[in-house]
Amino acid sequence: MPANRFNGHTDYGIGIGLRAPHYHHILTRKPVVDWFEIISENFMIDGGRPLRILDQILEQYKVVQHGVSMYFGSAERPNREHLKRLKTLVQRTKTPWLSDHLCWGSVDGRYTHDLLPMPYTFEAARITAQKIRAVRDFIEIPVAVENVSSYAEFHVSEMTEWEFLNEVAERADCGILLDVNNIYVSSQNHTFDPFTYINSVSAERVAQIHIAGHSKYRKYILDTHDHPVIDPVWKLYARAIERVGHTATLLEWDDSIPSFEEVHDEALKANRFLASASLATAV
Amino acid sequence: MKLFNLQRRMARAVMTPLTRSERMRSVAPDGRSMRAVANQIIRPNDRLTSFERLEIYNRQYWFRVLSAFAEDFPGLRAVLGGRRFDAMAKAYLIDCPSQSFTLRNLGSRLVSWLQKHPTWAGERQNLAVDMAQLEWADIEAFDGLREPSLRPEDLTGVNPAKLRLRLQPYVSLLALGYPVDDLLLEVRKDSDDLDVASNTFSERHKRKRVSAVAKLKPSPIFLAVHRLDEDVYFRRLDREEFAILSALHACKSLNAAIESALRSSPIAVADRAAHVEKWFHTWSALGWFCRLEKSAKNEKAASRQ
Repeated sequence: MPANRFNGHTDYGIGIGLRAPHYHHILTRKPVVDWFEIISENFMIDGGRPLRILDQILEQYKVVQHGVSMYFGSAERPNREHLKRLKTLVQRTKTPWLSDHLCWGSVDGRYTHDLLPMPYTFEAARITAQKIRAVRDFIEIPVAVENVSSYAEFHVSEMTEWEFLNEVAERADCGILLDVNNIYVSSQNHTFDPFTYINSVSAERVAQIHIAGHSKYRKYILDTHDHPVIDPVWKLYARAIERVGHTATLLEWDDSIPSFEEVHDEALKANRFLASASLATAV
Repeated sequence: MKLFNLQRRMARAVMTPLTRSERMRSVAPDGRSMRAVANQIIRPNDRLTSFERLEIYNRQYWFRVLSAFAEDFPGLRAVLGGRRFDAMAKAYLIDCPSQSFTLRNLGSRLVSWLQKHPTWAGERQNLAVDMAQLEWADIEAFDGLREPSLRPEDLTGVNPAKLRLRLQPYVSLLALGYPVDDLLLEVRKDSDDLDVASNTFSERHKRKRVSAVAKLKPSPIFLAVHRLDEDVYFRRLDREEFAILSALHACKSLNAAIESALRSSPIAVADRAAHVEKWFHTWSALGWFCRLEKSAKNEKAASRQ
């Protein structure tokens, strides 16, 4: 939904990920961009140039935080140091909501730095939802969980991925960051209909949408964020917008990063679909 | 299977070192067949076996941590050579896997690990440890905390016998046996040039770097790794400068730090005051001292009364 309690009742448009190769362009040319998404962990530091640049960006742009290592699905408790640093950054950026992935990546205090897939069990949903609630209570802003791309499924799973996503979001009463590229990648890797996924997600909980490119290999697809968005993903995006309405949308481009203009132009293609959603709402 | 058990089992498999040809090993570290481990937790599909699906994550893990580690230690890579560095990096990451939510801290235990495992650097052990110290200090200086700096008025009326000055958290003091600062700057210049280089050019630079390492002779240096206007710098220090700063860092009072540092100095007694004044002027201009804490201020007030 355009503005809801899961995105702090904001009505953001199309954003792009804030990445180092574009810093100079952004700070000198000051392009018009609805908002930037930052990777929280890159700025959860004590000082130095990254924070100075972030402050300069914050003077002129809206920023939303996106994390990669909270690991809501890890069976262990949240790391206190991580939470404290995250909260300090939230106070700095005044992000209206915060997102991280529906995945796990650490165990016994050791970090894989990967977004490992969840087993879709009720036990996992309960543990994950508890952790999301704990994080949200600590940082005191809405939290949205993002579906990840995956390359493996577990024998122990008791439901589909979209059922698991809804189960976790309901139990945690949190938002959803719907990554339509991840849905496409996983649908190809696990042979399911991506539209069934899109049509099943709790639309009223969608706080934000991600779009991205990926890399195709002989037997599977990898979520590499190093290409433009392909047509089948735009079709999924169109369906998602049809269901959830005009929603804050972000293009991720993290590897082989082209010029700022190229990334921004790719993101702005989403306007085709957002405009029709706005029209439908007006009618 | 309970969530924690599944995650522990999968993480062990994912973090198991790859084979020489960068594939997943057939035997897990506990002696079990990796195929059996994969079959037990992961479903196959019509294109990939359980083993192959698990292998995707196993390879991603190692590619990610090794590339992040190599990015942080280009100087050490130049010292050890590419092949030896890669083997050392794998051994280090097996012994010291990440315990932090950020890859920034991947090399935090490298210096002490290298000191305990001298076989990786062989004859270049001291050079390698020096370089690792410098590169870790560089990371710390890049994004370390900057506290409010000491102002001249903070020192008015303070008793130097009781004054304890603190260095900014981003400043590291290093006593090194080799001039690795010059080498690291050379290596970085090389890699900047390589961004626009052809293969022939890249080969020539590789040879140049190897010869720079080979030529490097032991020559003790004292270094402060610090940050100015958000850029990291390596500043060479005189022996006495280093001694004063180290003593201050070890919480000695200003008087005690100066006395102990100059006790065996070859600087003529008559010239010492001028040297000390010049050094303090420079350090203060660089903002290396933190503003006095409340206890020090109280001490200052007490000394006035």
